[in-house]
Amino acid sequence: MEDAASRVTDGAIVAVGGCLFSRTPMALVREILRQRRSGMTLVRNLMCTEGEFMMVAGAVERVMTAWMSIGLPWGVSKIMREYVESGQVAFEEWSHLGLGLRYRAAAMGLPFLPALTMVGSDLARVTELKTVQDPYTGTSLAAIPALYPDVAIIHVHRADRFGNCQIDGYPHMDADIARAAGTVLVTTEEIIGEDEVRTYPDRTVIPGFLVDALVVVPFGSYPHECYGLYEADYDHFQEYTDGINARGSASVADYLERYVYAPPTFADYLDLFGGERLARQRRAARELTR
Amino acid sequence: MTGTFTPAELLAVMGSRQLRDDTTVFAGVGVPLLAAALAQQRHAPNLTMVIEGGIIGPRIKPGKLPISTNEMRAGHRATMLPGITDTFLFAQRGFLDYGFMGGAQIDQYGNVNTTVVGPDYHRPKVRLPGTGGANDIASLCREVIILTFHEKRRFIPRVDFVTSPSWLDGDGSRARAGLYFGGVSKVVTTLGVFGFHPENRRMRVEALHPGVTLEQVREQTGFELLVADRVETTAPPQADELEILRATDPERRFLA
Repeated sequence: MEDAASRVTDGAIVAVGGCLFSRTPMALVREILRQRRSGMTLVRNLMCTEGEFMMVAGAVERVMTAWMSIGLPWGVSKIMREYVESGQVAFEEWSHLGLGLRYRAAAMGLPFLPALTMVGSDLARVTELKTVQDPYTGTSLAAIPALYPDVAIIHVHRADRFGNCQIDGYPHMDADIARAAGTVLVTTEEIIGEDEVRTYPDRTVIPGFLVDALVVVPFGSYPHECYGLYEADYDHFQEYTDGINARGSASVADYLERYVYAPPTFADYLDLFGGERLARQRRAARELTR
Repeated sequence: MTGTFTPAELLAVMGSRQLRDDTTVFAGVGVPLLAAALAQQRHAPNLTMVIEGGIIGPRIKPGKLPISTNEMRAGHRATMLPGITDTFLFAQRGFLDYGFMGGAQIDQYGNVNTTVVGPDYHRPKVRLPGTGGANDIASLCREVIILTFHEKRRFIPRVDFVTSPSWLDGDGSRARAGLYFGGVSKVVTTLGVFGFHPENRRMRVEALHPGVTLEQVREQTGFELLVADRVETTAPPQADELEILRATDPERRFLA
């Protein structure tokens, strides 16, 4: 884990797989924080608690996203507001499809992709979005610029030791992100045999030749959800936001001490939640997806 | 006799009535998704919901209402789980009949702001969560319907920031900006149903809910509203509409 995360350098553009609190590569996020990186740009389609951790830790100078908060029940992120309104962290806003097409263009090895979205809005102005003319008809379209992240961090359900990855449930944008990024770091719930991959090659979403490092981490998204395996820990989100409502970013600093810096391994981190809680979240996931 | 209902319930019922059967709707989580679920259970059984986390055709499980567009609950009994980009590309190709969304700040041309309050994007007075998929929904769905509470602080002459474009500056400005289709057709609020003038694209009153006067609406609107030649009165929420809604959100996460 330390080896994988060490490939993230200061100032790197880091693309995070999953979406909001779904299949977030939380173990990798934790390790990157432990290695005290700074000056990074964190990119995610919908940004959640990992964005708040990175802001309070002083690890990021910019977030690139379509939306940032935890979720509707917890309101607008106070941490995000504090760091962005004060000018400490820049918020570069793209539409959800806009960001998806940035990854898609890079995944295709292209400098941009034409699109019909984002034009006419002020998002086009603040991202300095350019337009392009269809050479056949003269119609004007948005030219969504490719985004080639330095590093992608992704959590998957299964992978063999060559990094051939399988994902259950929501694919989100991970297949494109893995193709777009220069360095791809993957954590997997489970290692499977080469034979299983070769028996069901249609299940491979990310082929091994894209992957630079692979770590086996059961519950690697916790307390976010992993489709079919464990539900997100909403009680934990409530405790976390209660702390912020009471004490602001000081509460997040304490949270980082307790959950990121103090436990030496991810297993120690999971012990803070306890086996019973994890089992409960597992049961909830099974009920929801059967 | 239909009994009492909360503003959110009123919104969900009025919103659901906008959706026709055999159509596809891109629904935002919260009241829009509830309204779509109500329509599907009542008068639009073949309504296909599309959710931005990458979900086609889910069935909302009563008591397990999704709180985000991308968690397991949202995809219950879905027919397909495409990637997020591909989900939005269905809209760009023209397959999404409706976009159903909320609106934090909305102006007289139906443009919505969920980005920043204040003149400076880089040092905002209030940094809001952002567009999410709303900009794409507003840009690409064939018809956009906005559901929102009717308050003067929300209904302002011109939004500070156009996150989700509707008719932009009115007249033909939307098409000139490169948005060749779509646009907001209806704004459904706690006071009535609003449309847009077919030429100048300014918001106008088309229906009022029972007991609501034009004066009340004007008091809660920060710009001059046009009024359609014929202003209808909506039928109040029926008992079965409220029953279905309340069974879908028993914890009253979004209906309270």
